[in-house]
Order: sequence, then C-alpha cells, then structure tokens
Amino acid sequence: MASLKEISTKIAGVKKTSQITKAMNMVSASKLRGAQLKMENFHPYAEKFNATMANLSSGATGEYPLMEVRDVKTVEILVVTSDRGLCGSFNSNIIRMAEKLAAKYEAEGKKVSFVCVGKKGSNYFRKRGLVRTAYRDIMGTFQMFNARQIAQDIAANFEAGEADEVKVIYGHFRSVARQIPTTIHLLPVKPIEGAEGAAAAGQSSDYIYEPSSDQIMEVLLPLYMNVMVFNSMLHIGASEHAARMTAMDNATNACNDIVKDLTMIFNKARQAAITGDLMDIVGGAEALKG
Amino acid sequence: MAETIELEVVTPSGPVVSEDVDIVTAPGSGGVFGVLANHAPFLSTIKVGELSYKKQGKEYSLMVSGGFCEVSSNKITFIVESCEKGSDIDIDRALLAKERAEKRLAQMTGKQEKINEARAQAALQRALARVRVAEKRGR
Repeated sequence: MASLKEISTKIAGVKKTSQITKAMNMVSASKLRGAQLKMENFHPYAEKFNATMANLSSGATGEYPLMEVRDVKTVEILVVTSDRGLCGSFNSNIIRMAEKLAAKYEAEGKKVSFVCVGKKGSNYFRKRGLVRTAYRDIMGTFQMFNARQIAQDIAANFEAGEADEVKVIYGHFRSVARQIPTTIHLLPVKPIEGAEGAAAAGQSSDYIYEPSSDQIMEVLLPLYMNVMVFNSMLHIGASEHAARMTAMDNATNACNDIVKDLTMIFNKARQAAITGDLMDIVGGAEALKG
Repeated sequence: MAETIELEVVTPSGPVVSEDVDIVTAPGSGGVFGVLANHAPFLSTIKVGELSYKKQGKEYSLMVSGGFCEVSSNKITFIVESCEKGSDIDIDRALLAKERAEKRLAQMTGKQEKINEARAQAALQRALARVRVAEKRGR
C-alpha cells in the first residue's frame, strides 16, 4: 500500500483537477448562453430568408450557375468542427461521420475533397492530405463575414467545376444534452419545395420583381449559401459549449469519485498506522513490566 | 389616422425594427423607392444606403447594407446583412472610413486587382450611407 504522504498528495492533485474542470464547466455554461442567443437572433432572419427563397424559386425558372446539376465526379465536404477540444466525443463524432461519407463516395469512384472550418477537423483531415482549404481559429468570434468568405470560396470552386456537389457536416444543436452530427446538402442548390413553398407559389406570380426575378435569384443564391454556412457555424458554436459542459460535468463527478475512494484508502492506511503504533507501545510497556 | 404598413427589419444578429409606419423609403438596387400601405406584392434587392420611414409625422432613418425586401399583405420585410440606427453610428469613425476608402480608390491603378477595388467601393458606399444617416440625426 502506498504511503500516507503519497496518498494525500494524490488527493490534493485530483481536487485541483476537479477545480479546473468545474471552472471550465461554468465558463462553458455562460458561453453557451451567448452562443444560444446568437442562434436565436439569427433564427428570424433564416426563416424569413427561406420563406422568400421558397416563394421566389417556385416562380423563377432560369438557369443559375449555383443550381447547375452536373455528373458528380468530385464531392466537396465542408466539415465544421470546433477549434478546441475537451468536449467529449463531439468533434470525433462529426469527423467519423465525415469519414464515413467520404468512404461512401470513394467507393462510388468519386473524388472527395474537404474544406474544414475549425481546428479540430482540419487537424484530422490534414493528415490525410485532402484538405483544400482550412479555416482555423475563427470559431471563437466568427461573424457573418466569415461565413460569407467561406461560402464565396466554395461557390467559386463549384462554379469552376472543381467540385460537382457540396455537402456540409456539422453538429446540430438539438438541446443542451443532445448534439447530433448532421449532413446537409449545399450545392447545387435545390429549389426549395414543400407545403409552404407550394402554397406560396399560387400568389408568387402576382409579385412585382425589381430587378427581374432571375436577377434577384442571382443575388439570393450566394446569400442562401451564407445563411446555410453561418447557420451551421452557429450550431457548432452552441453545440461545442454544450458538449464541453457535459464532458466537464462528467469529469468533475469522476474526480469526486476518485477523491472519495482515495480518502477511504487514506483513512484505512492511517488506521493501520495507528494500530501499528499502539501495538508497539503496548508491546514496549509489556516488555518493561516483564 | 392614415393607414399604416407593418415594417420589419431583420439581420443575422436579430430583428432590428418591427413597427407600424406610414411610409417606407428604401434604397433598391434599381433606385430609391417608396412603399405605402396596401402596396402590391413586391420583391426587390436592396443595396447599401439609407432606409427611412415615417411614423406619425416623425421621420426615422436607418443605414442598411445589402439584402432584399419583400412586400406582401401589407407588410414590408427587409432581410439585410446589417442595419444600424442613426443613434448607434459613430460619425467620426464613418468619416475616417470614408477618407480611407477614397484614398485607396485614388491610389488604385489599372493593373491592381478588381476585387480590391470592389471592396474599397463597398466600404466607401457603407461609409457614405452611415455619414448620411448620422448627419440626419444631428439635425
């Protein structure tokens, strides 16, 4: 059995660790609030945007470079992850999903390239040498213009024919307890359909367009990409903190368990030492009597 | 009281304005246009500029940057990338930005990249719109 001193040093160490994990948990909790707020603020914009988009795309019939459906030879996957780790299996789940998707496309004989947002994903895929562009260290303070930059880059690549299909993989923020790795289709943009779109289509013919609906569509499509990219980044932002909160909570609990176990061992050792000392004293006293 | 139209301005960082107003004047990409109550359904792209509206005789103005606007069932919705109220604009900063953009444009020679020129132009437009909106507030 380890000595008393060794055990008490260990206990102190584990306690320190639990202080850190607890602090990280609280930091993530407050950052999560900010990220969630950002997401909620964005929601009306995205909603209105999609409604208008649905309205318009049901009426517009022209050909747009971003909607061009080609024979798929190269697939680009935009992997959005967080910049920092210590958030459980959050990033690795996303990466695994991306890997799986890439393997599926490769099995179909298609080429795959990656665009990575966030350090974790780019670190992983850089090793495989398939990363076309990586955006690192922006997850902390990203703004709309970051998303615009990324979207423009992807759009240019698509229009140049370097990629024929673009998918986005990110962690969808369902709730604080659940973040789901999700794949969405980005390019070529599919006309938005569905009940709402169909209902709006009836009245969309009455709209006055200025400039023409085709020209508006040309402005709208890149914006649509911005919205999608920005949305996935917002989700990652919130999910990352939620995942870290859970991970750090688990770590703190584990620390407390270890401290409990170690204290038990410490007490046992202490008791054993006292018993030993008493035996010595009693033995000594007996010897003196004798 | 005259009939009103519901004005809503939403940006990626949240809704900015949601009010019933008398008239809206907006910087469409084809020129400035005004919208009154019960306007026919209408969809237009918006460029950087000044969005003003009147409410009970008082005029308000906002600086908006690119996006689009939709008018339907007596509601006008602006979906723009950013929107600033006159009171939030730092006029000194806007003036500085304007000078900077003008200088950059003046220095630009033919062989320089087009992208840079477009960026400087956009910056200049934003600065000008800000200054215009902010000056209005001063009066």
